[in-house]
Amino acid sequence: MSELLLKAENITKTFPGVKALDKVNFDLRAGEVHVLFGENGAGKSTLTKVLAGSYLPDEGDIYLRGQKMAFKNPYDARSRGVSAVYQEFSLVPKLTVVENLFLGRELTKRGFLDKEAMLKQARASLEDLGFDLDPMAKVGGLKRAERQMVEITKAFQEKMSVLILDEPTASLSDKEVIRLFELIVRLKGEGVGIIYISHRIDELKKVGDRISVLRDGRNVATMDMAEADEEKLISLMTGRDYEEIFPVIETTPGKVVLEVQNLSTVTGLHDISFQVRQGEILGIAGLVGAGKSRVGRALYGLEKVTGGTVIMEGYAVEEPTPITSLKLGVMYFPADRHKEGLVLCRSVRENQTMAALPLFEKKGFIDLKREESTVRGIVKKMNVRPSRIHGAINNLSGGNQQKVMLSRGLTREVKLFIFDEASCGIDVGAKREVYLFLKEQAEKGAAVIFISSELTEVLHLSHNIVVMHAGTVAKTMPGLGATEEDVLSACFGYDYQNICNNGNGSRTGGSVANSIEG
Amino acid sequence: MDLLKRIFVKVGVLPFLLVALVILFSLAEHRFMSLSNLLNVGRQTTYLAIVTAGQMLTILCAGFDLSVGSSVALTSIVTSMVMVSVADPTTAMVLGILAGIGTATLVGLANGITIAVFRVSPFVVTLGMLSVAHGLALLISSGVPIFNMPEQLNTIFGLGMVWGIPVPVLVAASIVALIWLLLSRTRVGRYFYALGGNREAARLSGIAVRKYTALAYVLCGTLTGITGVMLTARVASGEPNLGANLPLESIAAAVIGGVSLRGGEGNIIGAIFGAILIVTIRNGMDLMNISSYLQMVVMGCLLIFAVVMDQFRLSMKGR
Repeated sequence: MSELLLKAENITKTFPGVKALDKVNFDLRAGEVHVLFGENGAGKSTLTKVLAGSYLPDEGDIYLRGQKMAFKNPYDARSRGVSAVYQEFSLVPKLTVVENLFLGRELTKRGFLDKEAMLKQARASLEDLGFDLDPMAKVGGLKRAERQMVEITKAFQEKMSVLILDEPTASLSDKEVIRLFELIVRLKGEGVGIIYISHRIDELKKVGDRISVLRDGRNVATMDMAEADEEKLISLMTGRDYEEIFPVIETTPGKVVLEVQNLSTVTGLHDISFQVRQGEILGIAGLVGAGKSRVGRALYGLEKVTGGTVIMEGYAVEEPTPITSLKLGVMYFPADRHKEGLVLCRSVRENQTMAALPLFEKKGFIDLKREESTVRGIVKKMNVRPSRIHGAINNLSGGNQQKVMLSRGLTREVKLFIFDEASCGIDVGAKREVYLFLKEQAEKGAAVIFISSELTEVLHLSHNIVVMHAGTVAKTMPGLGATEEDVLSACFGYDYQNICNNGNGSRTGGSVANSIEG
Repeated sequence: MDLLKRIFVKVGVLPFLLVALVILFSLAEHRFMSLSNLLNVGRQTTYLAIVTAGQMLTILCAGFDLSVGSSVALTSIVTSMVMVSVADPTTAMVLGILAGIGTATLVGLANGITIAVFRVSPFVVTLGMLSVAHGLALLISSGVPIFNMPEQLNTIFGLGMVWGIPVPVLVAASIVALIWLLLSRTRVGRYFYALGGNREAARLSGIAVRKYTALAYVLCGTLTGITGVMLTARVASGEPNLGANLPLESIAAAVIGGVSLRGGEGNIIGAIFGAILIVTIRNGMDLMNISSYLQMVVMGCLLIFAVVMDQFRLSMKGR
């Protein structure tokens, strides 16, 4: 057994209203890839941020090569050899690739910036990693995958002993993924320990040595990768079987509610066509940047439509805006509930009725009694805790906030629901309730568009699936009988199996990737 | 201690300041607690209270209005110019009042449209408008006060009493009641809170964000106009330099009263108490013969202190 590089003992981290980490133990050996696995919100990112110095743990100790450490900040951690590449980028869009690579540690000559030397080094690093990038390009103009490359290059430039990679393949192409895996092998050979977060089980089997599964802030299991199979991982991750989480949604598709023909937008969506019927759940899947969430936004009127037709119940919608969409019975729930969904400083009650206030009016005034009784009914039905309707909503947990936002759909008549990442960042219990909400609406005859990065969710809930790739519909398939490979192949725009098997002699990998999140 | 902390987090620094100041002033100056002085404080509060009510609406929508002072001056000049040019006193008064309030409303509309439709920051727009409105007031009046207005204006709206209560107090009380109704019982009020608290969430909920943002500035303009007319009535002349302290004092009053500069939080009762506090401080300092220059220093410090406390309160709320 090789040297123990990093060890974390009893790490606890609490945020207002949620215990993100609860006495987590974790260790990393030199030259190994230790995978962190778990649902969104299980605490993976929080743990890596604690290890990389972004967060201070409330309790617990971190040891680096047996020495107790308290990283003051990410720079401190980096200077001691712990580097991290996160999903959300820490790049300055207005600066060039070189400037970003050397940000905070610029090379100087006689007190002035030594641009030539920096450019030369940057070129060398990029070439070494096999990334085809112009070092003088502004980061803001790069594609998501390219920014990810810059981020990775930045981490690789440092002398490091621990590297944290959070969903590094989320937006890389097959060639780049293979290149990254080669780099990981090289680093392992140099004795670097790697913490690797990904949802794709195939990928994990290929790069991982050990795996730890986190659930609700606890480390529920650590094992050798060889012992882990898909079924075991999923049940560890969710704490229950599929059947318990995903309700069966009966469908008797009625008439077409929404028909989209050749839709294109100013943000780059093009040639999008599909339809949704009453009582039907249409899942939209796709990689980060494929445009799945832009479809929902365009339909609701948040992105400018440049071509094509949107027909809502036989009525051609010219230029949708949130106001006209709501009038037509379309309700959209954004992915980021804090940024676009809720007014955090206001009460549960106000948040719930804000999209339907005119319906509560009597002679120009809000009928407070009727509003209150409606809200109380909904809070009870949706099982929102705590049930105080006058308290500010930022005191609620993520799951309860999500339920309040979704329950806006119960305050007025909705014919078409559009959910964007409806189960993101909430615990399993709340997820189950969100799914039941979906089921109820669909069974009552509403049409539902369900946009999600969690592939399992799309596969289990959808009656039909639209897979997005590069801003357009790659494939449409019935939900029943669809498999992960079917969807993933369409997601990548090529045969997913080939990549996973590429350069991988012995292990062909379980055929299933759980998620394509990013 | 825990109770005090809870009060602070809930309503802000105001109750503590008010109690401290009342004690301080009554100890330092025995005339402070006399009935006639308290009535005086009440009368003086009305003008600031109405402007604060308007100011608060813009702050709820995550903005503010620096032009309220100049707008009062412009109202004063327009009102008095119209009044002196009409012979019949009653007609003169009606036309003058309408013209004055109308002008201030237009100023508010200009602010509102620029801010809401063209999405320019409230700071820049209302700072510019501060100069525009004051400049216009000086231009129209050539910089000199306008006298010879109908006497009734002063006797009714300035010094008049109805049921033993000064007319300005009645006007202010009705306005406060109306704004309270607007904020707590109507869609408009809810929309102000919603769009101030999270503009995007409000937009996604089908709220006509631009329309309601503009409306907040229009209402602020109208209320400022009413104040302008009443101040003109009180001083019985059109003054091109009226209301210079109002922007600072009304923002300070609202913020001390618990209206958050980030938008979406606060209520009219708090804001009015904020106005009472400011007038009390001014009155107390007058009685103690503190120079008006020093008073300016104190008022400025008070505003900054209020905002610091607001920030502090936010961090105590956690998050």
